[in-house]
Amino acid sequence: MQAFEYINAKTVSEAVSLLYEKGDKARILAGGTDLIVQAREGKRTLGWMIDIKSIPDVNELSYDSETGLTLGASVPCYQIYAADAVCNAYPGLIDATTIIGGTAIQGRAGVGGNLCNASPAADGIPPLIVLNATCNIAGTNGKREIPVEDFCTAPGQTVLEKGEMLVSIKIPAPQQNSSSYYLRFIPRNEMDIAVVGAGAAVVLDDKKERIISARIALAAVAPTPLFAEEASTLLADREISEAAIDEAAQAAQVIARPISDMRGTAEQRTHLVGVLTRRALNGAIQRVRDAA
Amino acid sequence: MSEKKEYKVIGTRPIRHDGVDKVTGRAIYGADFQITGLLHGRVLRSPHAHAKIVSIDTSRAEALPGVKGIVTAQDLPAAEDKMADLGEGAVNLKYLCDNILASDKALYKGHAIAAVAASNPHIAEEACTLIDVEYEVLPPVLEVRQAMEPDAPILHDNIRTSSLGETGDKPSNVASHLQHKKGDIEKGFTEADVVIEREFVTGTVHQGYIEPHNATALYNPDGQLTVWCSTQGAFTVREQLAEILQYPISKIKVVPLEIGGGFGGKINVYIKPVAALLAKKTGKPVKVLMNRADVFEGTGPTPASYITIKIGATNDGKITAAQTSLVFEAGAYPGSPVGAGAMCVFAPYNIENVLIDGYDVVVNKPKTAPYRAPGATNAAFGTETVIDELAETLYIDPLEIRLKNGAKEGDRRADGPVFPRIGFIESIEAAKEHPHYASSNGKKYHGRGVASGFWFNIGLESSVTINVNPDGTVNLVEGSTDIGGTRASIAMQAAEVLGIPAESVNPTVVDTNSIGYTAVTGGSRTTYATGYAAYQAAQDVVQQMKTRAAKLWDVKEDNIQFVDGEFSSINGKEQQISFRDLSARLGETGGPVIGRATMNPAGAGGAFATHVVDVAVDVETGKVEILRYTATQDAGKAIHPSYVEGQIQGGVVQGIGWALNEEYIYNADGAMTNASFLDYRMPTCLDLPMIDTVIVEVPNPGHPYGVRGVGEVPIIPPPAAIANAIYDAIGVRMTELPMSPDRLLKAMGKI
Amino acid sequence: MVRKSHVQTTINGETVEFLCEPRQSLLEVLRDELHLTGAKEGCNNGNCGACSVILDGRLVNSCLVLGVEIDGKSVETIEGLAEPDKLHPIQDAFLENAALQCGICTPGFIMSAKALLDKNPNPTEHEVRYWLAGNLCRCTGYDKIVRAVLDAVAAT
Repeated sequence: MQAFEYINAKTVSEAVSLLYEKGDKARILAGGTDLIVQAREGKRTLGWMIDIKSIPDVNELSYDSETGLTLGASVPCYQIYAADAVCNAYPGLIDATTIIGGTAIQGRAGVGGNLCNASPAADGIPPLIVLNATCNIAGTNGKREIPVEDFCTAPGQTVLEKGEMLVSIKIPAPQQNSSSYYLRFIPRNEMDIAVVGAGAAVVLDDKKERIISARIALAAVAPTPLFAEEASTLLADREISEAAIDEAAQAAQVIARPISDMRGTAEQRTHLVGVLTRRALNGAIQRVRDAA
Repeated sequence: MSEKKEYKVIGTRPIRHDGVDKVTGRAIYGADFQITGLLHGRVLRSPHAHAKIVSIDTSRAEALPGVKGIVTAQDLPAAEDKMADLGEGAVNLKYLCDNILASDKALYKGHAIAAVAASNPHIAEEACTLIDVEYEVLPPVLEVRQAMEPDAPILHDNIRTSSLGETGDKPSNVASHLQHKKGDIEKGFTEADVVIEREFVTGTVHQGYIEPHNATALYNPDGQLTVWCSTQGAFTVREQLAEILQYPISKIKVVPLEIGGGFGGKINVYIKPVAALLAKKTGKPVKVLMNRADVFEGTGPTPASYITIKIGATNDGKITAAQTSLVFEAGAYPGSPVGAGAMCVFAPYNIENVLIDGYDVVVNKPKTAPYRAPGATNAAFGTETVIDELAETLYIDPLEIRLKNGAKEGDRRADGPVFPRIGFIESIEAAKEHPHYASSNGKKYHGRGVASGFWFNIGLESSVTINVNPDGTVNLVEGSTDIGGTRASIAMQAAEVLGIPAESVNPTVVDTNSIGYTAVTGGSRTTYATGYAAYQAAQDVVQQMKTRAAKLWDVKEDNIQFVDGEFSSINGKEQQISFRDLSARLGETGGPVIGRATMNPAGAGGAFATHVVDVAVDVETGKVEILRYTATQDAGKAIHPSYVEGQIQGGVVQGIGWALNEEYIYNADGAMTNASFLDYRMPTCLDLPMIDTVIVEVPNPGHPYGVRGVGEVPIIPPPAAIANAIYDAIGVRMTELPMSPDRLLKAMGKI
Repeated sequence: MVRKSHVQTTINGETVEFLCEPRQSLLEVLRDELHLTGAKEGCNNGNCGACSVILDGRLVNSCLVLGVEIDGKSVETIEGLAEPDKLHPIQDAFLENAALQCGICTPGFIMSAKALLDKNPNPTEHEVRYWLAGNLCRCTGYDKIVRAVLDAVAAT
């Protein structure tokens, strides 16, 4: 592996100053499950790894039924799914955290790192998009907040500018009669990267027969994870029906711009967007209905 | 059937002798080896699938601090274009050497070009990036049918097709064509009421052993070369090193360390000669390790193939004729396992009229290597699928059609040999009688499939010595590296002879200076042939101990018998002494006792398996789930049933991986795009049910305990069995491996 | 060349100090610096589990942890599992069930199984399979490994 320096940052301001000073050869080290592999395989040129795991802000995992969840950027998956309140509030996020890598990966990898790695196939991102999550970003010029769906700009690229880092992710508290669901298609049952991923969140009426609002997001069908806005809007204020769900699935297929690679073909992916969108929506609806 | 023999040790399930070392992390595998002053080596590999090497400039790499030595093909002795005999068949020496370090052409992406020794592995790796290689890139050819086209890029200007004794007159990628004929194929098809002919394509797959290749080499100033490594055969490593390095075999010692899987992939050498060259150049011990991408791209996978199968049968299900063309990719150099595929393709069935053609075709992929029953899985995928279709067409149960045509003792294979007593019919009957086959499987998109397989197994040379200890235990010395529990299965055969517990035999695998020649752990031969040698060496011990008892009692040796671990005198006084007690008295009766045996047994016997699988198909995604799996197999006699079951289960799961997802995926430039365990999708434990096994025991007449090799045949049936189950589930015949979700979606017309 | 860092850590209950470069993984440190070669390199990118160790009570792939990251932390490896005269019940179960063939994946599987049983002392077969899915075995077909872990549950 290429040689680099390791710096264990203690505060956000120390980390962002280092990022600013060292420029694009400095990378944040959180779980390291992507970064260390990329450095080893020479996919990233690195001069410095800045470990943020000693910074309290990025380790925050706090849930409040009024204000929602604050999820520090380095919180590993296993801590997320070990928190009962988070499991109840955001099942779609839990779906993702339990399938990212194997259990050993989940011991280190987190959703924040998944976001910053900006893989089009990231399992962690569609659930955040459908849950209306926002990114808390800190930089040498202060803080800013942006919606998760705007965070990734291209494979491996994000909106983070020189001297900026992701500190935490904020997810609003779930509304009444709402739930979420994420699933991916992989040829095996574990250890694969999504061929296609689909997440859905729905808010239903009290009778649980009508969709008040829905959000759909897709992975591995475009250069970044996608918010399927039109498909989502189509379902707003609609009676739950196979036809409505099919319509949304077709609308999701329209925005998919997949490529063919070793993980799947473009036509297979477009087909799967339809299948998985239906399954994600039905899964989220079922969860609302199953809730007492 | 003859009455079953009663054994004391054979058929029991003792804890394996190397078990504690392996569950505590103490066992020393190849990469674990440490030695003072060690340097670390890395190999630079070709980024191109097909290119002329114009020049190699190592000066920038040499200037990097920490770099101690660099080697290229220039450091290998000039290889002659001659055949070298390496025990497992003759190999062209120039091809062998060029595959170690490319001399004039890079023939696949991953082909070794140069290697660096440095003070740590990171520096060696960095130095590789500083070696400047100028390539003239050539168009690659990656598929056998394309490679056979008249205008295909030619890999080797000197290859002329060798076909049935004739040699072609112009360069070709078809290295050879073989043929087996039996009966009159035209007549056979004329007699048939139904003839089915289908084409099959299978992908390139890798053995997928978890331990990457490794080698540590040391040259002493006296010329002694020592190589520590994990290998399936220390002696074949020694032979290959001697040929490649043109170095006297007497100056080479190969020390086999524990090996982390091989499945045929750790017979050929890759980095062992490289480590030796670097050690010679630097005067220091050098350890060379592959990473996982090196393993996929730089070692031998087993071939992709294009196969046609044509089988005819009468309305009552009797097969009258079978014909095939087996076109196998050899990889960059000639030598695919098409010959073995041709031996196995129709072997399970007694067919009067057979015609088999096999083609060995070079393509710009790594030189192929054996993988568990090499060639047979490809071939059986075709045969067993067509037989299933025949059974369906004729409204015959798929196991019945196999029973009706299954080979028995005295039947002759198309490639010549006549079967001794074999257990194919018994394996089918065991499948038929299994509760799995009687169970209902009627759910929508669920299906059941069956398939059978044959592997011939091999004998070859094995040596064993046994030293008797004064406490009645013995130390057993052998040369077969233990990949899957063979210390136990070999020791148990000696223990049975000596009438002592398995635990009283201490088996040790030793280096090439310390035991007689022993061929590779492969070909399902180890428990059979090295076990046979252990049996013979133990008999030698018994014979010598009889002499000692005779001396002790002053009677004739002929009057001593050995039963149940006790020596006794047949006539005269009632004298008796246990093996253990006599062991304590060797000093007074003439000194130590060492039993010895070398074997090259001819009667390996064949192995047959029949599998039943249930699958569920997700028709929206094309994904296949394995719901239930039952494998029956004739093991002859299971020495340690747990490890026989383990061989069957492991083979089945490799076959499932081959069937469903495993393949080398290439881009248009000929680069493999999935050279990692992430994207080369081997089954995880979450993809599988328990694998039920039924061990059938039809003793092999060629072994004292009836052993047949068990390791290879279980990989053969799964792809066809699963294809047949998919057909049962969704009515679609899959003819291409792997039957991955995208291929299923296409076959179902969904995309 | 980057300067080496001094790291003080606890390995199998004992305080250990070593020097390493930042680019050396925990796996490299264990194997090359500390000569604890029980953790194996199968893929070096987190896809095979042969290097599994327990870091501060949590299962990790040691190839995806930097050696410098374990300063002040606690690591359990296969070498620390057995008592001087007694194997750990999972180790016994692997031997009794013939749950290994070549054995290269075995230390990783045993550490992974230990992490599971530490957290969930009574897993179902499915839970065992899910938890162990990050550990590849190419020899056994997993049948006997899963049975061994379930047997270890019964034994503890």
